[in-house]
This record gives sequence, C-alpha cells and structure tokens, in this order.
Amino acid sequence: MARTPRELAGARPDPAFEITLDGRPVTALPGQSVAAALWAAGILSWRTTREGGRPRGAFCGIGQCYECLAVINGVPNRRACLVPAGAGDAVTTQEGHGHAGLGV
Amino acid sequence: MRSASDVIVVGAGVVGAACAYYAARAGLSVTVLDRGPVAGGTTGSGEGNLLVSDKEPGPELELALFSCKLWQELAELLPRGVEYEPKGGLVVARDEPGMAALRTFAAGQEKAGVTVREVAADRLPDLEPHLAPGLAGGFHYPQDAQVMPALAAAHLLRASGAEVRLGPGEEVAGLLTGPGGAVRGVRTASGALYAPHVVNAAGAWGGEFARLAGVLLPVLPRRGFVLVTEPLPRVVRHKVYGADYIADVASGSAALQTSLVIEGTRAGPVLIGASRERVGFDRTLSVEAVRRLATGATELFPVLAGVRTMRTYAGFRPYLPDHLPAIGADARVPGLLHACGHEGAGIGLAPATGRIIADVLTGTQPPLDIGPFDPARFEPGGSR
Ligand SMILES: Cc1cc2nc3c(=O)[nH]c(=O)nc-3n(C[C@H](O)[C@H](O)[C@H](O)COP(=O)(O)OP(=O)(O)OC[C@H]3O[C@@H](n4cnc5c(N)ncnc54)[C@H](O)[C@@H]3O)c2cc1C
Ligand code: FES
Repeated sequence: MARTPRELAGARPDPAFEITLDGRPVTALPGQSVAAALWAAGILSWRTTREGGRPRGAFCGIGQCYECLAVINGVPNRRACLVPAGAGDAVTTQEGHGHAGLGV
Repeated sequence: MRSASDVIVVGAGVVGAACAYYAARAGLSVTVLDRGPVAGGTTGSGEGNLLVSDKEPGPELELALFSCKLWQELAELLPRGVEYEPKGGLVVARDEPGMAALRTFAAGQEKAGVTVREVAADRLPDLEPHLAPGLAGGFHYPQDAQVMPALAAAHLLRASGAEVRLGPGEEVAGLLTGPGGAVRGVRTASGALYAPHVVNAAGAWGGEFARLAGVLLPVLPRRGFVLVTEPLPRVVRHKVYGADYIADVASGSAALQTSLVIEGTRAGPVLIGASRERVGFDRTLSVEAVRRLATGATELFPVLAGVRTMRTYAGFRPYLPDHLPAIGADARVPGLLHACGHEGAGIGLAPATGRIIADVLTGTQPPLDIGPFDPARFEPGGSR
C-alpha cells in the first residue's frame, strides 16, 4: 500500500471538510493548503497563463514561484500553496491575470 | 592599446544608446562603455513617459517636442519590442482654481507648438472610465507617449551597430588627454581606449565623470520610487496625472514630494510613480513615499484600491540645479562632450540629445538652439 505523508507523520487530523473548485466538491483536511487539497484530489491545474492560456498549477509549493495562483473566495492571484483550506472555500480557475472584469 | 574608434560613449543608458545610434547613423564608428549592464542605471529604474504635457514653454519643451517626433520615427524603425505607445496624456484638476491654472499653462504651451484640448468634467469618463468622480476637469495631450525604457535602450544600441563593452572592467577611471589638453581617449580598469571624442552619458554619475575630466558639472541624484501593481487588463488608458505634478517637477526642493503619474504597461502592471527627493544615492525603502503614492493613486483611480502592488523600486534622476540637461561640447576640454542631467525626462529627451551630439560631432548645425544646455554654464564666473 502506498505510504501517504499523513501516515509517515503519524498525523491524526480532525474530520475532513469540503471546498469547491469551479463548483465541484473537493475534500480537504484541516491544515492542508488549497494546493495540497487539490493535488490530493488529483487536480494539477487551476490557472491559465496570460499569454497563450496554457495550464498551470503548483510548482514550488513554498510560495516562491507564483505558478499556483487561483481565485479564492472571489480574490484573484492568491497563492494556493500558501492559503490554508477552509470549510466551504470556493476556488475558481484563474484565467490569465484574473481581473478581466476591470478592463476598459 | 585597444581598438580605436571615432567616439567613445561612456554610459549604456537610454541617453548613451541614443548618442551611439545617431552618431553611427552619421557615419562615425562608436564604442559604448558601461561598468554595468545595458540600462543598469536610471534607465532601468524609472518609467517610460515621453511627455510634452508637463513642460512649460522654453528650451526643455522645444527639446521635448523635437524628441517626440524622433521617437515617432524610431517607433517605425525599431522592433515592436520597445513597446512604443502613442497613448496621450491626461492632466486632471480637483477644483476650479486648479483648472484655471492648467488652462493658463496649456495656453502657453499651445503657442509653443503643443497640441492640447480641454476636457470638461462630464467628458472625463469617456477618456478614463475608472477615474474618480468629482474632478473639476482636465486637459488631454495627444502627443504624450510611452516606451519601455530598458528595451528601448537595448534596441537603440543594437540598431546602432556600435561596439558595446560592458562590465566592471569597462569602468572609466580617467580621461586621456594630449597636448593642449585635448581628449585622446579614456582609461578603464582593463586599459586604455583611444578616440578623439568622448561623450559623458553617465547619467546621475555624470558629475563624477566630469570631475575625472577635471571640469565642474554639478549633477546630483534625485531619488524616485515607483509602485508596481499586479498585472491587469487595461484599466488606465492614458498617462494620467494630477495638476500638482507640474509644480513638483519644476521645484528644486530636496524634501520629499509625491506627484502622481499613473499608466498601464503592455506587460500588464500599472505603474504608479513617482516621488522626488534629494537624499544622495540612498536606496533605503521609504515607506512614507510609497504610502503617499498608494494613497494618491487610489484617490485618482478608486479601482486600484482593490488590486495589489507586487513591488516597488527606486531610481536616481540625474538632476542639474536649473532642471536643464547638459548637451554639447565642453569648451574647457577639446573633444569632451556631455549628454547627461536629464532629470525626470531622460527617456523622452534621449533621441533629441543623441541627434544633437551627432550633429556636434560631425560639425552640423543642430536643429535647435543648444545654448541653454551648455555644459560649462555652472562654472563659477560663467562660460558664456
Ligand atoms: C522614478 C523615476 C521615474 C522616471 N520616469 C521617467 C519618465 O517617465 N520619462 C522620462 O523621460 N524619464 C523618466 N525618468 C528619468 C530617466 O529615467 C532618466 O533621465 C534617464 O534614464 C537617464 O538616462 P541616462 O542614460 O542619462 O542615465 P543612466 O541610465 O543612469 O545611464 C548611465 C550609465 O552610465 C554608467 N556609468 C556611470 N559612470 C560610469 C563610468 N565611470 N564608467 C562606465 N560607466 C559608467 C552607469 O553604469 C549607467 O548605466 C525617471 C526616473 C526615475 C528615477
Ligand atoms: S507553487 Fe510556487 S508559489 Fe505556490
């Protein structure tokens, strides 16, 4: 059986809760970052690049590369690898800069 | 002895690049030296506004109008990568006295050849939909434009075909002179380099370079901070600034001033500039300067209150006490020319400066009176 980080650390987290990605439910554990929860659910991409619209997700996982940007609860450009998941968080795929609505 | 050329340009900022470009176009062989990278000085740490709107009638405005035309030409000749955008400027006033002052200012500029149009308060949203409500009106200057300074300098240098030598070994440590004090070249960390003409395009360090040449040119650094937002779609269409900007630019005060200029960039971030302060070459972050920039920007464009800034940076404007650059031959040292001291307008004024330097080098009459830019004008007793 695959050894999970949770087994390796001997962690006994509190009960799981739900967040959503583009409306679809994703299970998260207390203490997980949004990126970790998405990864655990097999989701690797939640952003498209500004030029060319290519898919992006977490790369460094430690807040340095800014690849993992997502719209979290309506706020764009949040680093999913740093934001702790919270029950009911609504994560949305970020298209480009995530501010299309402001354009004039 | 290293290879000889007709002219050595000291400084690979936008001004040195423009001097190299126009001198090479005039048929001269050019070597450009910089102790750092291309655009590693002020050119890489300012903004790229090409403004006529902020200049009162006089020698600097004449130079700016000429330079604006040259930038238009260069935009056709250089790769699109220089990000030239003829977007126009919009100066806004908060109240009626502010509008009245702008109206008088604009009338003078119009006589000097500037195109300007008054914009009533209720028409402001047509030009800038995100502008704060309640402003008294503004003036639209279609000649104002924008480039990306570092890329502009790099492309000018490449297009010049000049020999470009960069790095610590190319720091110029002295001027080589011959009989009668005439220029023979420069001494760098890695040896001597010979040319009958040397152009001081050392920006804010132009005063130090002049000292090496044994002449007085009191260039001082005037620090400016810029705030950079996260990438955005186009939320600001023009270069937008407040009426108080013009007064601050013209002031000689050493104290901190923040006069807002806000513009979008092709890359996405909105630039919020800039502060002015004479504190030497001190790069310490000034929270007060940055706070004032942020406050001012969100007052003009409330939409910016909801976006983040990614970073801030500071640069040193090459300031001369009379706010005019030093451009032309130095009568005190035959063969020495200066092209520095453009303060907050060096990007805009670079092409005209380069053209004048090329004209002086080739003995051609420059297209405008360069007397006011005489590099020897600060000599005690005066040179003229
Ligand atoms: C915050 C801020 C905003 C600005 N906004 C604008 C704007 O919107 N529009 C505008 O037109 N201007 C603007 N400016 C001003 C503009 O950036 C400068 O006037 C311009 O960049 C000066 O260019 P330069 O080539 O003379 O100097 P620099 O770019 O500083 O180049 C001088 C070069 O000389 C080199 N050098 C110096 N001494 C030596 C030596 N002894 N040996 C070898 N190399 C040497 C340096 O390494 C440097 O690379 C702004 C400036 C600041 C700080
Ligand atoms: S994955 Fe690199 S900053 Fe989040």
